[in-house]
Amino acid sequence: MKIYDSGKIGLGLIFFIALVTFPFWVSIGGNKQMPELKMPDSAHECVESKEFMRTNHMRLLNQWRDSVVRENNYIYVSSTGKSYVKSLTKTCLNCHSSKEEFCERCHTYASVRPYCWSCHLESE
Amino acid sequence: MKILYPFLSIFVLIIVVFIGVHQADLHFLFGIIIPYVSILVFLIGMVLRVGYWASSPVPFRIPTTAGQGKTLPWIKQDKLESPSTLPQVLGRMALEILLFRSLFRNTKAELSESKLAYGSNKWLWLGGLAFHWTMLIIIVRHYRLFLEPVPGMIHLIESLDGFFEITLPTFYVTDALILICVSFLLLRRLLVPQIRYISLAADYFPLFLIFSIVISGILMRYVLKTDVVKIKMLIGGLLSFQFQVPEGIGTMFYVHLFLVCVLGIYFPFSKLVHMGGVFLSPTRNLANNNREKRHINPWNPKVKIRSYPEYESEFREKMIDAEIPLEEEKNE
Ligand code: HEC
Ligand code: HEC
Ligand code: HEC
Ligand code: HEM
Repeated sequence: MKIYDSGKIGLGLIFFIALVTFPFWVSIGGNKQMPELKMPDSAHECVESKEFMRTNHMRLLNQWRDSVVRENNYIYVSSTGKSYVKSLTKTCLNCHSSKEEFCERCHTYASVRPYCWSCHLESE
Repeated sequence: MKILYPFLSIFVLIIVVFIGVHQADLHFLFGIIIPYVSILVFLIGMVLRVGYWASSPVPFRIPTTAGQGKTLPWIKQDKLESPSTLPQVLGRMALEILLFRSLFRNTKAELSESKLAYGSNKWLWLGGLAFHWTMLIIIVRHYRLFLEPVPGMIHLIESLDGFFEITLPTFYVTDALILICVSFLLLRRLLVPQIRYISLAADYFPLFLIFSIVISGILMRYVLKTDVVKIKMLIGGLLSFQFQVPEGIGTMFYVHLFLVCVLGIYFPFSKLVHMGGVFLSPTRNLANNNREKRHINPWNPKVKIRSYPEYESEFREKMIDAEIPLEEEKNE
């Protein structure tokens, strides 16, 4: 089988393979894990279960925001029956005292950049 | 049948993941082995396919009637439609690849009052172009899962895509667009009788496949929720060959991943290879320079030719007898 224009074809294929496999080349050698999260020392449980919080905290915050702003409802009763004040700064960041060492670490790794902090304060 | 079989096969594929991951706990198979198989088949398949194309000679330039070719100096050449130099060819290729120039010429034949009329029809061009660009943006956005640290370019795309800043997680415009575009491309095949007539299982299967990938991705992000951090750990392991399958990634992720792997395996053997083929279309990537350059057909047989002087010298006597003037004498 004769390949015509093998120079151009080869160049194109090498470029294509390099493009597809480049995440491998930059990852080989070190599997960069997520940095450790700084957990609260005083408290032992979150507003909801850990599994729920990991995947659903943004939806919870959304519900909190909507019910505060639209229904003037500031009290959240969790599934375990505890009640919390619905507040980003006063509740979440009260336990998770360092935004940088908790929220940000996960978010930088997952490339999420919530726009909340252009209005909400990081600490009281 | 042409619609039912592709539909059922996607259905079966999804069931396979549910049984495999949810019931039989085959996380290693679906999370590690199948992705590697898929990327290998994809790459090797594409190389073989392109090599196969490159083994057909294209000896002659194929001028198309789309634009005025290069000719007399006072006739204006259409440089992008009928290019004669390399930069102009690159321009035509860029138009084709980035903006689907040929599809823009799409026409539609209609019978109006028993007269056949051709009209311009840009919907397919618009839907196709929007589909490909949104898919590209979504795939580029996925690189946040493949790269650590995540490059700034991806942040930029994410913030543009999440421009509306509604819902949490932030709603992406491309997610809505791709749903609209794929639905349009699918409905076109289902509802337009002529197109339905020429559509095959191989046309429906990729549409259903991409549709299910999109639906599973959207479900994962907005409805069911998956643990993106753990998914990135799984993928980081795949990319650095240090395998790890974190516990607690939802089944929907494995459905998404498996369908993407099926897409990768199916790609080189299906019509989807037009991704590579568009670069090798002879009517697009060859300069229209037939008049300036001689292109010799590589498989022309060697023909024995006989020139007129040879002929004359053989029949000289007879020609003199018959008083036929000789070319030789003229030149003297
Ligand atoms: C009462 C203190 C407290 C409050 C208030 C609180 N958290 Fe937590 N949070 C914790 C603790 C303790 C953990 C670790 C739970 C565990 O390990 O089981 C945790 C875990 C988490 C996790 C999972 C981290 C991981 O490693 O998987 C997330 C995400 C989270 N919290 C987000 C939030 C958000 C968002 C809010 C506000 C809506 C909030 N937390 C409010 C104490 C709190
Ligand atoms: C444009 C400014 C702005 C932005 C951006 C913003 N918020 Fe708010 N948020 C407010 C205001 C104003 C209130 C009302 C405060 C009140 O009435 O106590 C509020 C209230 C809230 C509350 C309940 C009250 C409290 O103290 O926290 C939550 C929860 C909340 N926002 C979450 C969010 C989240 C999550 C984001 C990011 C996705 C966000 N907000 C982005 C302005 C903003
Ligand atoms: C376990 C890792 C983790 C921790 C800890 C964490 N987040 Fe997140 N967060 C995520 C991930 C992952 C997403 C994106 C989910 C997606 O893309 O579907 C996210 C999304 C969000 C969003 C929605 C952003 C958007 O634009 O879509 C908000 C708001 C948010 N987190 C707030 C917080 C706050 C506040 C904290 C700290 C109290 C926190 N998160 C801690 C992992 C984490
Ligand atoms: C190896 C390949 C892929 C992996 C590992 C992967 C993984 C993921 C993950 C984890 C999410 C959820 C993101 C979140 O919750 O924020 C997602 C979403 C999505 N995926 Fe994929 N995916 C892959 C390929 C594809 C392909 C080829 C398409 C084709 C169009 C696609 C389309 C989508 C869409 C539309 C979403 C919705 C959310 C968004 O737009 O970010 N994915 N994918």
